[in-house]
Amino acid sequence: MGYPVTDSEVLIGRRNGLIGDSVIRPDGVEKVRGEFRFASDLPMEGALWGATLRSLHPHARIKRLDVTPAWAIPGVEAIITAEDVPGKSTYGLIFADQPVFASDVVRYVGEPIAAVAADHPETCRKALAAIVVEYELLEPLTDPERAVDGSHPPIHPDGNVIRHQRVLCGDSSATGPVVVEGSYEMGMQDQAFLGLEAALALPDPGGAGVELHVATQAMHEDLHQIAACLGLPEDKVRLVLAGVGGAFGGREDLSLQVHTCLLALRTGRPVRVHYGREESFLGHIHRHPATIWMRHHATSDGRIVKIEARFLLDGGAYASTSSAVLVNAVTHAQGPYVCHNAVVDGWSVRTNNPPCGAMRGFGVVQACFAHEGQMDKLAAACGLSPVEVRLRNAMRTGDRLITGQVIENVAPVERCIRETDALPLPDEPIGGYGDDPMRLPGGAGLTADRSHIRRGIGWGVAIKNMMYSEGFDDYSTARCVLEDGVATLKFATAEVGQGFVTIAQQIARTLLGVDEVRLDRIDTTIGSAGSTSASRQTWMSGGAVDMACRRVRERLFEHVGQLWATDPIRLVIEGDCVVDTVDPARRISVSDATSGVRLAETAEYHHPPTEPLDENGQGACHTAFAFVAHRAVVDVDPQLGLVKVVQIATAQDIGVALNPLSVIGQLEGGIAQGLGLAVMEEIVMQDGRIRNPSFTDYLLPTFLDMPAVLASLIEEPDPRAPLGAKGVGEPPCISVTPAIVAAIRDAIGKDLHRVPVRPQDICL
Amino acid sequence: MAEFYGLRVNGTNREVVDAQLGESLLFVLRERLGLLGTKGACEQGECGSCSVLLDGELVCACLVLAAAQSGREIITIEGVSPSGVSTDVQQAFVEAGAVQCGFCTPGLVMAAHSLLERVPNPTDTEIREELSGNICRCTGYGRLIQAVADVARVRLSNGVSRD
Repeated sequence: MGYPVTDSEVLIGRRNGLIGDSVIRPDGVEKVRGEFRFASDLPMEGALWGATLRSLHPHARIKRLDVTPAWAIPGVEAIITAEDVPGKSTYGLIFADQPVFASDVVRYVGEPIAAVAADHPETCRKALAAIVVEYELLEPLTDPERAVDGSHPPIHPDGNVIRHQRVLCGDSSATGPVVVEGSYEMGMQDQAFLGLEAALALPDPGGAGVELHVATQAMHEDLHQIAACLGLPEDKVRLVLAGVGGAFGGREDLSLQVHTCLLALRTGRPVRVHYGREESFLGHIHRHPATIWMRHHATSDGRIVKIEARFLLDGGAYASTSSAVLVNAVTHAQGPYVCHNAVVDGWSVRTNNPPCGAMRGFGVVQACFAHEGQMDKLAAACGLSPVEVRLRNAMRTGDRLITGQVIENVAPVERCIRETDALPLPDEPIGGYGDDPMRLPGGAGLTADRSHIRRGIGWGVAIKNMMYSEGFDDYSTARCVLEDGVATLKFATAEVGQGFVTIAQQIARTLLGVDEVRLDRIDTTIGSAGSTSASRQTWMSGGAVDMACRRVRERLFEHVGQLWATDPIRLVIEGDCVVDTVDPARRISVSDATSGVRLAETAEYHHPPTEPLDENGQGACHTAFAFVAHRAVVDVDPQLGLVKVVQIATAQDIGVALNPLSVIGQLEGGIAQGLGLAVMEEIVMQDGRIRNPSFTDYLLPTFLDMPAVLASLIEEPDPRAPLGAKGVGEPPCISVTPAIVAAIRDAIGKDLHRVPVRPQDICL
Repeated sequence: MAEFYGLRVNGTNREVVDAQLGESLLFVLRERLGLLGTKGACEQGECGSCSVLLDGELVCACLVLAAAQSGREIITIEGVSPSGVSTDVQQAFVEAGAVQCGFCTPGLVMAAHSLLERVPNPTDTEIREELSGNICRCTGYGRLIQAVADVARVRLSNGVSRD
């Protein structure tokens, strides 16, 4: 089924609707009216402002820390340092290796050292400036290769290698008549969510507990870490999801949570902490920069015989999720292609660069950029088109990955490629229609010369795992209450903009025959929903809502069965009624049937278990997979190094479109982020310092940078998914990046191996 | 340092008390006047999240000194549909799927209204150029362009403009 995304007939959202309808967001009206409250929109009478003092150096010993001068500033109410952390002094999603506040050594520029609470943000700024920190500078480790070769002393008690993982499969001596080799490099990308980190902490009387309103991706992951650091039992720490202005992985780790709670507990007053944009660049993790080498051995007709690869991911100063990102990278090295022999080695390492962790695509973005560059080299070596070489190697359900895992999912790789290929190429002539300079590479700068512009076409295809891996049971919990014809859903699923709240209502409406579905507050008074990451919430929390609603429906049928003295197995929902299938004239509206009745059920959805990887990278470590193809068309001015992406065509394996409008939104949004990585987005590092921590200097795609998108949604319901639907969030941003780079290569005939592609990479 | 001055916001005279003179219009709107619909995301005028109208001109409130705006007419997102009925632009954003996280949305509603007042029948390139001062990180802009184009088409076919 194709959705040409300019066809508004398909894409006008409905107010109410069932699974499969393009239903509008329940929070949409509040958001367009400016009435939706984000985490930064929580003013409170008597609240103090909090702010954080951060390291100025990538690696240094703190010789002296003197906060007393800050106390002299009127309006300062609290100053806290590592000494004031009552519980565990470190936190981390996988390894608790990151200090709440640095006390002896700082390991990256921006590492928190102290925090203050005061009456005005400006008072906070003055207080931070008054705190004295004397540093003894240490040699920073900024080259990740030096972490691998052991030539730099450990910068952390846990050592400089966060994880080493290899994947050995089949015959390591296998080869073929065609061998292609390449080195690839990826810069550090930022999630650049618009809603900056913000939180409001409300202390309980006497400091017995705390309530934190925060923009996060994972309520219970936060809760476990925060409570441990505060030294409070988990039932004394209550998290409430404040409005989240985007996330994309950047809110998976803690940032201001513990600091804000500590300041509130110390002062006994509400405390708000808001990061500015520069602090946000310093205060959250980024996408791992990567250096990747790959060598493909193939038959002369282009079939892959063996893959060799080496991955090096720069994890920065603390572990975050680096070990899991590495596993994703090495286990996706083959891409969506059949391969029986592999020798893959990978490291994620510690340096004095900013910590890196989760960002949309999570290690697979890095792997895909390399394997797709290789596929184009293979195509050229074998005299095949980029499409043909990919079709010849496309994997299918039942194929075995290099980890030994068998693909049990629907795997329509060939269809993704063919349907993308079938989408029309742009009508727009090279350099754009007419004389409009806005359509030229570089836009209104008026410097690109139409006669110099060359057009290129490139391809990218990806496989992406969904849910967590390596034996982790990332379940989700949901409660459904049906009363007086109204369903109420409760879950701790972080809504970060992706639209889970819309889908949850659609599920309940479809299963229960009700129109009104209320959403309870998203907080930690219910069991965990896990993290809004790994394309997992539609599957996991969708599965939990589905299960809770089905249980309530069973209770409803039992209740009506009793009323009618009928076997409940005869009953079904039709429209807004319970109907007796044997005697269809007998029916009662759900509203009447539940008048004065309260039916409540809570459900936990668990996905099938996965296995850890062994030392040779063997094991069925991933839960499920989705696939996608992208074709990019670009115009390039090779003399100025300017690129305009003219069109992106894509076909994505989504299982089922639960909400086509939401799916298209994820596809287009992901493509924009992948485009950014291809041609503009990079945190530029120099000696452990971020040189461009602002939206003036860190370039994000604008309206003018985004091309037309043509999308084909491939709907083959996955029997392993609770609703037949796969997650759609990550695949769109993965293979679009290599597709754009391939198109630039095609336009200028130059071997580009680094993203983002900079003007100097094109024209020098 | 504490000062007070008057601002005219959404047709109402407001007094700003106990303010520091260096505060931006964005800070004053949000923290002094409780108008939280205007968002701050870059504080450099790069992202457009804080777009408001100043004497009818679209500006970034983060770049404007609040205390210098006495006597000027300030319209924020709260002043766009004071009757409580969403405008055609607001409605189109919701229905076209142009809203995801929603943080950029108030600024984009301001910018889209401003565009359609000045250019009632914008081309695709004009929509892109006019709105390129507003960053959206979620949507990839496709549904936003669709929403603005839909409003322009409906307005022209109805032969009326807003208000």
